[in-house]
Amino acid sequence: MSRILIIAEHDGKNLDPSVAKTLKGALDVGIDDIDIAVFAESPDPVAGQAARLEGVSRVLTLADEDFAHPLAAKLAPEIARLGADYSHVFMPSTMYGKDVLPRAAALMGVNMVSEIQEVIDKNSFRRPIYAGNAIVKVTVPEGETVVGTIRQASFSAAGEGGGEAPIEAVEPSADRPDHTRFVNVETGGGDGPDLATSPRVVSGGRAMGSSEGFKVIYQFAEKLGAAVGASRAAVDAGYVPNELQVGQTGKIIAPELYFAVGISGAIQHLTGIKDAGTIVAINKDAEAPIFEVADYGLVGDLFEILPEIESHL
Amino acid sequence: MKILVTLKRVVDYNVRVRVKSDGSGVETDGVKMSINPFDEIALEEALRIKERGDAEEVVVASIGAADVQQQLRTGLAMGADRALHVETESAPQPLTAARILLKLVEREEPGIVFLGKQAIDDDCNQTGQMLAALWDRPQATFASKVELSDGKASVTREVDAGLETIQVDLPAVLTSDLRLNEPRFVKLPEIMKAKRKPLDIIALDELGIEDAVDHQISDFQPPPKRAGGKILESAGELVDELKNKGLL
Ligand SMILES: Cc1cc2nc3c(=O)[nH]c(=O)nc-3n(C[C@H](O)[C@H](O)[C@H](O)COP(=O)(O)OP(=O)(O)OC[C@H]3O[C@@H](n4cnc5c(N)ncnc54)[C@H](O)[C@@H]3O)c2cc1C
Repeated sequence: MSRILIIAEHDGKNLDPSVAKTLKGALDVGIDDIDIAVFAESPDPVAGQAARLEGVSRVLTLADEDFAHPLAAKLAPEIARLGADYSHVFMPSTMYGKDVLPRAAALMGVNMVSEIQEVIDKNSFRRPIYAGNAIVKVTVPEGETVVGTIRQASFSAAGEGGGEAPIEAVEPSADRPDHTRFVNVETGGGDGPDLATSPRVVSGGRAMGSSEGFKVIYQFAEKLGAAVGASRAAVDAGYVPNELQVGQTGKIIAPELYFAVGISGAIQHLTGIKDAGTIVAINKDAEAPIFEVADYGLVGDLFEILPEIESHL
Repeated sequence: MKILVTLKRVVDYNVRVRVKSDGSGVETDGVKMSINPFDEIALEEALRIKERGDAEEVVVASIGAADVQQQLRTGLAMGADRALHVETESAPQPLTAARILLKLVEREEPGIVFLGKQAIDDDCNQTGQMLAALWDRPQATFASKVELSDGKASVTREVDAGLETIQVDLPAVLTSDLRLNEPRFVKLPEIMKAKRKPLDIIALDELGIEDAVDHQISDFQPPPKRAGGKILESAGELVDELKNKGLL
């Protein structure tokens, strides 16, 4: 039994871009029987999008009002039940996958591989540890189900237009507990490009000094058509909402162009951008560690340098 | 209510971790060790819950060799009431760790088990979720705010979209994110006092844990180095460089 199951992430309407990247990771395993499961109150629109991805064999839909919100306690028993028929179960290594999949793995009685960044063969993978200071090979013993999350920044997106994979409804049948309830979700708003997928990102750090000061970053990003990110220090200080944090405990991203503005370059921040194409650092301290990884550096006051760059655009 | 908090001993977050030249692991000789920062935040939250009068006792637990008692003593100095040390020379992977913690949970019957969302050594981010699964109780992971009332916890979680709030019935497993609180500093008199607080040692064999199939971890490599770049003189030069590369 060599078959792969991917659990789709979505917002009820749209398939999350992380799914196409997870699929790319799954294709690297070299097993061409790949199913995508969509758990939702009404899965059809999302299932339709999943069915168009290249390399998908079947899309399974599991409809229930319990799946209207991504609650691990509700999803994990059903994932564990479905997973019994597969050799591999993958989710994207988003907060959603990180929350849900370990719970399912424990119910299946297996260990899990977090944040796969490279597939070596069907049982072995590479993943970062120590905030990316070391990369290890993880080998899952033969006969054990491989359960893992796949790091988006390390894989390109699988293409669309491979045709239409069949969509099959599956009746959810695992016991679901009542002890966990969704209340609400607040998003910081901001209608710019998505931080996780944008090819250009401008991040600001503690040096921005205030939410008012951070506006300079928003303006500059808008000029470039870039998404806005931040260091932990800037989020902790309340300049920007938490979902903008880039790094070990925030988002791991791989834009073509990354601006680190007034960010010192702590290892926990750098691990979030190690796959970025070109890194530009702007910092008044010529010794800041960010310059060790930056492709281009400008030393000086960011509040003078950013307007100068804008004037040349 | 009792709160059980896990404390993992890890390489301090300020240490620049280096891979051994033979690829067998990372250098830990003579390296500063600390409580995993996320666990420290979990403990701080448990202590605050107790100080508010919503819990009677905070118990800290760690799994590992004798030296984890240093971190347990620090936890006691922060204000925990007693400590449990599950003694083993092995470094259990998350599923085994969750099975060990389940045994402690069955003995202690806490209302909340508080863990850090991830340990900064293996960066797995699994153990809390696995414990909740095995215990068949709710999980509220990546918590940045916790409110308790009537046997329930209302937990605000840091998710990709922003802040999600869920409500869970207790007992439950919570895992802390960075912005939950800022842990207190330990004062010297507390360190002295902590030496007299109870610390029970439990041999791993005594717990009768079912063996999980471990993943094999090998071939440690340093991350690929980014080629160093250049310092430019002016904003204009930067824009030219980026245009030449087709990035603007
Ligand atoms: C467990 C753990 C997890 C963590 N996870 C993350 C994470 O996911 N992401 C993250 O980012 N951090 C994370 N951190 C925090 C990290 O260690 C650093 O503290 C943080 O990244 C620092 O943010 P910063 O660079 O904005 O601030 P600082 O380190 O204070 O740097 C500010 C920089 O701005 C420069 N500067 C000041 N004024 C100006 C000016 N006018 N013009 C130009 N430059 C100026 C300064 O020279 C300095 O280099 C984590 C820490 C821990 C312990």
